[in-house]
Parts: sequence; C-alpha cells; structure tokens
Amino acid sequence: MRYAKMVMSESIPILEAKNLKVNRGGAILINVPSLLIQKGEILSLIGPNGAGKTTLLQSLSHLLKPFEGEIFFKGERVNSNHSAFEYRRKLAMVFQEPFLFDTTVFENVASGLKIRGIRRHSIQKIVAEQLGRFGISHLSNRSAKTLSGGEAQRTSLARAFAIGPDVLLLDEPFANLDPPSRESLIEDLERILKKTQTTTIFATHDRLEALRLSDRMAVMNQGKIVQIGSPEEVMNHPVNEFVASFVGVETILPGKVIRKNGGTFVASISDQEIEAVGDARLGETVILCIRPEHVTLSIPPSKEKTSARNVFPAKIEKIISLGLYQKVQLDCGFPIVAYVTNHSLEELSLKEGKEVKASFKATAIHVVRRKEK
Amino acid sequence: MSNIFGVKKMDLILEGIKKAFWLLITFDPEVMKITFLSLEVSGSATLVSLMIGISTGVVVALSEFPGKRIAVSLINTGMGLPPVVVGLFVTIFLWRNGPLGFLGVLYTPTAMILAQAVIATPIVMGITLAAIQQLPKKLQLQILSLGATRLQMVWILIKEAKLPLLAAVMAGFGGVISEVGASIMVGGNIKGYSRVLTTATVMETSRGNFDIAIALGIILLLLAYFINLILTQIQQRERPR
Repeated sequence: MRYAKMVMSESIPILEAKNLKVNRGGAILINVPSLLIQKGEILSLIGPNGAGKTTLLQSLSHLLKPFEGEIFFKGERVNSNHSAFEYRRKLAMVFQEPFLFDTTVFENVASGLKIRGIRRHSIQKIVAEQLGRFGISHLSNRSAKTLSGGEAQRTSLARAFAIGPDVLLLDEPFANLDPPSRESLIEDLERILKKTQTTTIFATHDRLEALRLSDRMAVMNQGKIVQIGSPEEVMNHPVNEFVASFVGVETILPGKVIRKNGGTFVASISDQEIEAVGDARLGETVILCIRPEHVTLSIPPSKEKTSARNVFPAKIEKIISLGLYQKVQLDCGFPIVAYVTNHSLEELSLKEGKEVKASFKATAIHVVRRKEK
Repeated sequence: MSNIFGVKKMDLILEGIKKAFWLLITFDPEVMKITFLSLEVSGSATLVSLMIGISTGVVVALSEFPGKRIAVSLINTGMGLPPVVVGLFVTIFLWRNGPLGFLGVLYTPTAMILAQAVIATPIVMGITLAAIQQLPKKLQLQILSLGATRLQMVWILIKEAKLPLLAAVMAGFGGVISEVGASIMVGGNIKGYSRVLTTATVMETSRGNFDIAIALGIILLLLAYFINLILTQIQQRERPR
C-alpha cells in the first residue's frame, strides 16, 4: 500500500538501475535488468550467501567497478568520474563491521562532515543530534576501540546519517550483533527511518528483519532478482520453490493434477489427494506451498465438522522448539510441517511418534505452476 | 686482576670512561660537532626515506598491477640490503667519471645523506606496505562511501596505520644512525666536515684513543635510546587500551 502511494506521488524514481551486470573471472555475480527505487522507500535485498546482495549494493553505490549497465540518480545518468563522485557524496553505506576510525566516537561521527569540509561549528550541532538519536551521547569522548559491538554499529550508523544521505545502503548491518543489541538497534533504526523518510536499501539474510523493516522485498538468487514486491506478496505468493523455501514456506510438495472442480483442483501426492484453490491443467505437475502457520493439528477421533478440505492422518516425526512456539514435522504419506503454540503442544500432549490429524484449507495453499521450458 | 696485562686492560677501560665523561660534561666542541652532524645527516636521510618510502609503500599496497608480487619481493629484499654494498654503488655513481660525478658530492655530508637514504628507504617502504596491506580491504570502501576522494582516503588510511608507520620511522632512523660502512666510504670521515659518531668511533678506536671512542660510543647509545624512547612513547600512547 505504502509503496503504491510512493509510486503515484513521485514521478521519477530516486534511483534506477538498467542492465546492471558484474562479471568476475567468468562468473556472473549479478545480472539485474531493471531496478527502480522510489524516494523514501525501504527496500530489502534478501537471499542466501553468494546471491549477489553485496555486489548489487556496491554497484548501486558506484563503489564497485567495473560493471556493465547504467545507473540513474534522480533521473540523471551517473557516468563520468566526476558525476560518479558527486553521486557517491549523496549516499552513505554501513557494513556488517562498523569500520570505525581510531579516534573518539565524536570524531568518527564527524568524519563524513570533515571530509566535506563543513565548518567546525556546524559539525558540533549535527554530530550532537545524531549521537542523541542513536542513544550514544554519553559515549561521545570514548575511543572507538573500546566500544561494544552494538555501540560501535550505532556509531557507524550515526556517522552515515550525519551526512544526510539521499540514499542509505546497509549491508547486513545487524549480522554481527548479539540478539538484544540487534533487537534494540532494529527498533531504533525503524523509528529513525520513519521519522527521516530516508530512502534505504538494505541487504540481509534474515527474512524476519526484512519483513519487519521493508516496504518492498527483493529476493535474490545467483545474481538475479527472482521476485520483488511487498513482504506480504513475496511471503504469501512466492513465485517459485526457491523463493518459497527462502521466505519460510516449510512445506513444498510437487503433485500431479488429477481432477478439476470449477475453481479448485485436486493434486495427487504419494497416493494422497490434496485439494487446492486455483487453476491448473489436468496432468500438470504443480508445486503446492503450505506455510506451517496454516496447518492445524487435532487428536483423533475428532467429530467436529471442519471447513478444511484437506484432512490427513499423520504421524509426528519430530518436534523442534523455536522458543515461543514449536515446529512439528509430520508424515502424512508426504512430509508436512506445522507450527503449534507451546500451550497447544501441552494441551494435545503432542510428542514424537504420536498419531494425529493434520488439516489445512484449500485456500491456504499457494500454487506454483512450473513454467514450461 | 693479578697479572700485569690484566691491570693494564682495566686501567685502559677505567681511564677511558673517566675521560669520556669529562669530554661529555664539558661539551667538548669536537665531540659536539660530530654529534650534531650525525643527527643532521641521519635525520635528513630518514626524512627523505619517509617521504619516498611512505608514498611508494602506500601506492604499491593499494594498487593492483601485473608484477606486483615481484615489486613486493624486491622491496622486502631491499630491506636487507648490506650497507657496504650501498656504499659501493653510491661511490661508483659519485666517482669523478661516474654518472653523477658532475655533482661533485663525493666525500661530503650530502653523499652520506644519499647513501643513508638509500639504506633506509626500502625499510620504510616495506613496513609501510605491510602496514597498509594489513588494514581490512572493506575499510577503503567504507571511507569512499563516506564521500572521500581517493586522496582523502589515502590520508585516512595512513592515519589508521599510524602505529606501524611510527615503527617504520624508528626502524629507518635506527638503521642509519648506527650505520658506518657506507658512511665512511662515501663520506671520507673528514674532520669537522664529514665525520660522524660512527665513523669517528672506528677511527679513534683504531688509533687507540679509547677515551674519545668510548665517549662517542656512549653518545651514540644515548642518542639511539632517547630517540627511540620518544617514538615508543608516542606509539604506546596511541595504542588501543
């Protein structure tokens, strides 16, 4: 919704990349035909290691050369050395490691400003504001070498924000932090990004982080953007198995369509029949994606009538605790994964080896149709 | 020390030390002149080696070019150049009919500065190279991403490597203040002109003037100690706590 509004309000995207390609030693690191970024949006790049997230970030910021393709900033092409330098001055990048300089926190946060030759008087004000924003004012005179991981990363972020960048690029900025520092910093960053409306592109391998912070998510694999859209779109309507498994769809089943009933069809998997909403041809092989949150477990015999079209006897193979809830791996003839609250686990006395019933609605299944080559 | 030779040896040393302290305490003009010349020559040579060594070391460390490996090995080999070999080549170059003979600087302090600079430069270059290469590669990107020009980036990297660079200064200076072979060969050890602490010590020792030799030796030790003390203080003060 927010992204759609952004597109409508601004005519030119703040950043546009066309046919961006990077080759290293014969291997294609990234191949992005088109990427448009709207002013004020937060775009996350998610994907496994080696997907090309860092390479894409570095090419977009003109830090990595050589690359093929073009970058347009506010509609103008970035090409010669000079315009590339001017463009770089409108950006700021924060890495996984803080890369602070061997001086005080204050001087670190001021470094971007000093590089631009800003007067000492103005530097004081700007730095003080950023230190306050990130909650590190009390560390102003401390040597950067003595900071904890969280404090150092806050300093690095404050240093980036002090420049007042038009685009902020973050390369897995929270990856090195321990959970409490991560949580606290993500919260603060969320608040600050909302307030400053800074256009942000950030790379992460943590889909929950991306889900939380971004307006749009781009899933990358082997150098290409495989799917881009709002988090809801990407998470609930993954365009292929790779995206599905990456965004956390735990159950991915290939099945053959054997019957069609108007708006639904039945697919056969391991001698079982699953009914799903959607369109498919008879005999076609489809991929059924079922999120674990959509699978319900019950203890037989259960006489309740349910609207779920798919109910199967299942045996619990494994239960893994995920803290606030449990991941239950079952075998219904085909493998399926359900998330169950700790409470339910106890109430139903679920344990490994137990026979239960697994059910899920036809509407909860996301169908991926294989493209014919 | 019962036998007569034993007594003579001890006497020699004790007499020498006594006279040495006298020369030092009264600021004997000759000794002072030699000391200041030492500082001037080695100081200048170190300065030159810092200018050439640090700039070249930084450039080699940050650039990629075919043959970089060979360049780096050459620099590392240069760190162990025997000073007498340097003295030999500088002498040949400055010899009357040599390529730089027209300069007429053989047997002058200038030649000594030249020779000492040739000795110290590879040392400074090698340490600078290692110091800059040790910095994380992504640090360069971080600095550039803050909007720095390439020149600003280089300056910031040098500041980040200030500890090992200070070590380079110490190594460079230490190497030349105590150098004697090349200094004698190209300087000539001319009294009041190209005579420095090391060359004078060699001469006085060979003449048996142990008092002066010991005095010069003590000064050399003290000089080396104090300069290194100052530089070490700076280095340790900058050290991360």
